[in-house]
Amino acid sequence: MSDKIFICRCEDLTKEEIDQAIDEGYKTLEELKCKLRLGMGSCQGRGCLLLARRLLCQKTGKSTEEITVPPSRSPFIPVSIGTLASDKDE
Amino acid sequence: MRIRNHPIIDFKKKREISFYFNKKKMYGEEGDTIASALHANDVKVLSHSLRYKRPRGFFCGIGKCSSCFMTVNDIPNVRTCITPVKENIKVMEQDKGGELPNKQFINKDKKRIDVEIVIIGSGPAGLMAALAAAEQGASVLLIDENHMVGGQLVKQTHRFFGSREEKAGMRGIELAVELMKKVVEYKESIQLMLATTVIGCYKGKKRHNLIAVQKLADGDQLFEINGHKIIVACGALENMLAFPGNDLPGVYGAGGVQTLMNVYGVKPGKCVLMVGAGNVGLIVSYQLLQAGIMVDRVVEAMPKIGGYHVHAAKLRRCGVPIYTSHSIKEAYGKEKVEGAVVVKVDDYCQPISGTEENISCDTICLAVGLTPSIRLIEQIGVRTEFILEAGGHVAVHDSSMQTNVRGIYIAGDSSGIEEASTAMIEGQLAGVSAATSLGYDKNASEVKRKCRSALKVFRSGPFGEIPRVGKEKIACCYRNGGLTY
Repeated sequence: MSDKIFICRCEDLTKEEIDQAIDEGYKTLEELKCKLRLGMGSCQGRGCLLLARRLLCQKTGKSTEEITVPPSRSPFIPVSIGTLASDKDE
Repeated sequence: MRIRNHPIIDFKKKREISFYFNKKKMYGEEGDTIASALHANDVKVLSHSLRYKRPRGFFCGIGKCSSCFMTVNDIPNVRTCITPVKENIKVMEQDKGGELPNKQFINKDKKRIDVEIVIIGSGPAGLMAALAAAEQGASVLLIDENHMVGGQLVKQTHRFFGSREEKAGMRGIELAVELMKKVVEYKESIQLMLATTVIGCYKGKKRHNLIAVQKLADGDQLFEINGHKIIVACGALENMLAFPGNDLPGVYGAGGVQTLMNVYGVKPGKCVLMVGAGNVGLIVSYQLLQAGIMVDRVVEAMPKIGGYHVHAAKLRRCGVPIYTSHSIKEAYGKEKVEGAVVVKVDDYCQPISGTEENISCDTICLAVGLTPSIRLIEQIGVRTEFILEAGGHVAVHDSSMQTNVRGIYIAGDSSGIEEASTAMIEGQLAGVSAATSLGYDKNASEVKRKCRSALKVFRSGPFGEIPRVGKEKIACCYRNGGLTY
């Protein structure tokens, strides 16, 4: 039997899980993010969002341009709260 | 597994550095990162995953993915591929998200830096932008998250194409040294900050605001950086491919492997399957052979080879077959890659059953394209468009490399996937443009004109067609407010 196919390595999400969510009706990257934490891991979706977008295209028949990528927010890499807290004047 | 004999790079034995991996004493060499030192000790499993407890290893090698996160001296989520190995550090495999130690290890106030031009990324585009802006007279802050400058130049042992003026015939590794020397000459006006990652950027009326974190020996330091002009040259990220077993340690980005062997002198494995016959796939395959590593074959899903013919011919002369219309079906192995199955694909990239072939290999390199790194500048409101020829979503910019947000410039791969040579010219153009918008002018219009005509020459050849169309579409988007009109 073939091994699992991983789409999001940070959050450990397989193609099977994403396909299933799309079938259930989660048809945008934002919705998939809310349900599965897709792209919310430590790399902030740099690898997985593109692969997930391709799955969405295949399953929904949309073109790549039609699928919006969730907004990017800081912090961009894992930073400890202690470091961020050194910003005292705000 | 270290490389000692190499036709281009002299990998002398350097001073040994001892460290601990899961309490076991190991030795790295001066100049190693934690990940490269572990790899040299044949440690390929760096962590286990969150939910399925799968073994995970190195992937991109340049701090852009999250595959190499480990716990170092009790601090979790350290990007070991860009963190230098130090004497007696304790490196632990990290399970789950990692836990912070109770002890307070940060007690530093935020520091503030005000500067005219901030450049994010010190690769070919960033270095040239810094030099060009400094030559005009501006003061520059050059930031890079790696512990060395040069970006991806530092691993490019092949000679560049193009005209003599654009440094053709030189190798990337030589260019990085040459450019660094020039940056040092301008030390009055170029301030360098390494091991520093910009974690957020915010738009201001007069100045833009960046938040950055610098890795220091005694803990991280937070910086607020205010810059009148910001040039973003943070390159690109290697694409991942979806196939069974694609997360196994031993499945690496081709660029990651290139970093491992050409920068740190460490062999990625003994036998490699290369996926993708574009220039990256072909060049890295040849460089694997130079490092004494076997390349079983190159597979390419398209019906023809994507890269330059000279690179493909060199590889074939060395007896490495290139299979077009073939792709990887799956990778297998227990804790790391032990083999792969390749399959013939039809015109729609669908596998043809019955054509599977089993390959025994310990490394699979993915050279299946790059995606511009634009997630950071999306935060500041820079408009992006999906342009296939430029490698995906790219920041829309004008002919001076300025984006729709005033004062934010872009250059190199983040403005569309192309080559190091064009990244350098774009960097120069962005640097001069940013400096002139601050009022500096030392023959600036002539420099800009030269840059633009050099870019035109580069993109006029048959292999320049894709980037040329990409750039034309970007220009079109900039003028018309989008492709979807």
